[in-house]
Amino acid sequence: MSDAKKPQSAVQTTGHAWDGDIQEFNNPLPNWWLWSFYATVVFAVVYWIFYPAWPVGGGYTTGIMNDITFVDSDGTEKTSHWNTRALLLKEMQEGKSATLSREYLEKVKDADYQTILGDAEMMAFTRSMAVGLFGDNCMPCHGAGGAGVIGLFPNLADDDWLWGGTVEDIEATITNGRYGFMPSFRETFDEQQLDDVASYVLSLSGHEVDDAAAARGKDIFQTQTGGCYYCHGTDGKGLKSQGSANLTDQIWTIADVPGAATLEDKKSLVRQVVVNGVQRTMPAWKDRLDETQIKLLTVYVHELGGGQ
Amino acid sequence: MTDSASQALHQARIPIYPRSVKGRFRMLKWGILTLAYSVYFLLPWLRWERNAGPDQAVLFDIANRKFYLFDLVVHAQDLFWLTGLLLIAALLLFFVTGIAGRVFCGYFCFQTLWTDLYLLIERLVQGDRVARIRLDKSPWNANKLVRKLATHLLWLAVAFWTGLTFTLYWDNAPQLIVRFFNGSAPFAAYATTLFLTATTYVMAGLAREQVCTYMCPYARFQSVMFDADTRIVAYDVQRGEGAAGRHKVTRDLKSLEQRREQGVGECIDCGYCVQVCPTGIDIRNGLQVQCITCALCIDACDTIMDKLGWGQGLIRYTSEKEARGEKSRIWKPKTIGYGLFLLASAAALVWSVSNQSPVELSVVQVRQPLFVRLSDGRIQNSYDLHIENKTDEPLKMVVMLRGLAGAELDTGKLSSIQVGPQRSLRVRARVRWDSGHKHKGSRSFEFNLVPQTRQEIGMISAPATFYMPGSEN
Repeated sequence: MSDAKKPQSAVQTTGHAWDGDIQEFNNPLPNWWLWSFYATVVFAVVYWIFYPAWPVGGGYTTGIMNDITFVDSDGTEKTSHWNTRALLLKEMQEGKSATLSREYLEKVKDADYQTILGDAEMMAFTRSMAVGLFGDNCMPCHGAGGAGVIGLFPNLADDDWLWGGTVEDIEATITNGRYGFMPSFRETFDEQQLDDVASYVLSLSGHEVDDAAAARGKDIFQTQTGGCYYCHGTDGKGLKSQGSANLTDQIWTIADVPGAATLEDKKSLVRQVVVNGVQRTMPAWKDRLDETQIKLLTVYVHELGGGQ
Repeated sequence: MTDSASQALHQARIPIYPRSVKGRFRMLKWGILTLAYSVYFLLPWLRWERNAGPDQAVLFDIANRKFYLFDLVVHAQDLFWLTGLLLIAALLLFFVTGIAGRVFCGYFCFQTLWTDLYLLIERLVQGDRVARIRLDKSPWNANKLVRKLATHLLWLAVAFWTGLTFTLYWDNAPQLIVRFFNGSAPFAAYATTLFLTATTYVMAGLAREQVCTYMCPYARFQSVMFDADTRIVAYDVQRGEGAAGRHKVTRDLKSLEQRREQGVGECIDCGYCVQVCPTGIDIRNGLQVQCITCALCIDACDTIMDKLGWGQGLIRYTSEKEARGEKSRIWKPKTIGYGLFLLASAAALVWSVSNQSPVELSVVQVRQPLFVRLSDGRIQNSYDLHIENKTDEPLKMVVMLRGLAGAELDTGKLSSIQVGPQRSLRVRARVRWDSGHKHKGSRSFEFNLVPQTRQEIGMISAPATFYMPGSEN
């Protein structure tokens, strides 16, 4: 091979010679690289023509033949040059899943509650839509699964409904909000009376308490002395119109009675409620959510605990 | 050559101009090609009646996660069948290669099939081997330009139809093809077609045997599975070379008797076997990695031997052992092992496919809250039941509980559950149970799904757990 004889000459030089013998190697780029580079140049020029590209003054070149027509968030139809925001809006409105969920949404909007509750597919759709609404609007207080917090926010996943558990009641609650109020009896009752009332309240839900204390408590509860029956009813089952608690069942939304170990602890928890009263507010959502959203949430909340 | 050429990383391709040949293996290969192409190009157009779903016999519906194969519908959760299919394909390749060598390469591989078709086009437009060599050497003129252009255009047309056909398997073919040409098909359809057009054109038209020699992994690991018993295409050296080597037919070496007297073999060194080889090797040099066992050299040599009347088989299917005069064994521990594994995996797949459950039930526990105490002291757990109806009829079903005595099941206002054909549904189920104070922690039970229509399906069960306050201890 000729290479072996003159290894230096194996590499091309640029042909110039400085100071007599200083030469510059010429190592040209591989052809595939060069042609790929030219291809990117051609691509860039084509891109400039069809897509937004160059800044010009305060604006930019928008490209040709790339109009996107979409419906803006305020409901007006707009046409703009190609841009990813418009592309996203168009996809959100006209994409396959968007179209499908809009179809279902129309169906749910037009159906009455009994139809929705009786249709497994509509229920599945409602659940998938409402879980997001619930997470955005209701979860901060009621928790992700609607379990609430004892003493603060009612549990929506059980079968106890302070303001009623029918879809109509739930819809009214979400639309207009609720204000739950029980006055403080700090000034009204003395220590003995507090103890008696607490005993009586515990006896209503089947707790074994001192009969004498319960009898004295009953006297306070059912007469003008305490006046508890105004709201909780003579049977202690509460009134839906007042949002007053049913004292005869196993559910406690303010005092964590099931969580307390001894009867004394349970009694002191109930006493605290009587002493401090209750003030709870659920805000109205009619200004923040539209009718369909409220409908979806109503069905969702109804399903959490089984409703009424 | 220039200096830079001598430093090239790999050997420049020596152009191969395979010559046409007629014979039994060529016929067999044309037959396989016709059959394979008929299936591949026509299958997307075959219509198939179904109660639910598209009327295309074979359709891979990615968007709806269903693969339609005639009367079989493969759902997303059945996709492990694909693993079985790949396993069977691999074992079949091992098994066949162990016994019969590279028959896949020679007869069935799409690289071989498409290269064959491309060579046919080339021959029809430019003529056979000698004409093609002459055309390539001739300076550019109108004739050369037209012939070359026609060849490449026809190649591109075949490549395009190949790519488009592949795309048609993934959507409703008659609709997709209209949308494809009026510009409203999905981007993926254009991208797939373009990609396969390009690869078909490059692989079958330009790269050809280099794919088998340099790119294909199967070619390499099939070689590893060869042994002395494997069927190979081989030249009978003893018969062909004799004692004094091969020699052309001359006046003194015309008949077999003359040749035998002078110790010359039966190979007349006509070179036909080399000219027909699509990978450009000389089979008389022995087994080579490039050989795809297409058997065209057998046809070539048989043609010559028939003409001379010396008897076929100078180049033939044999094995290393047979060539040495020993007997070769087909059934050895290796092939028996592959065969058994092949049978077992095929049987497992067939069993799995034929026992596909027509209804799937899976239960997901609602974990927030895990349980709720109800006003009457009972505990409530909630579950999402995911029910999938794989049949092509609507099914009416009833949900029931088992293993939780006295528990109440509440599915709201849904008394029975209706799931459309090939549809799935999520149903919220609440279970209420008076665990008393006997049970704490958790308790396992079952959801049962009882079809009311199509009762032959039978009950479908799924396990679930009921959680209660307090720990077990």
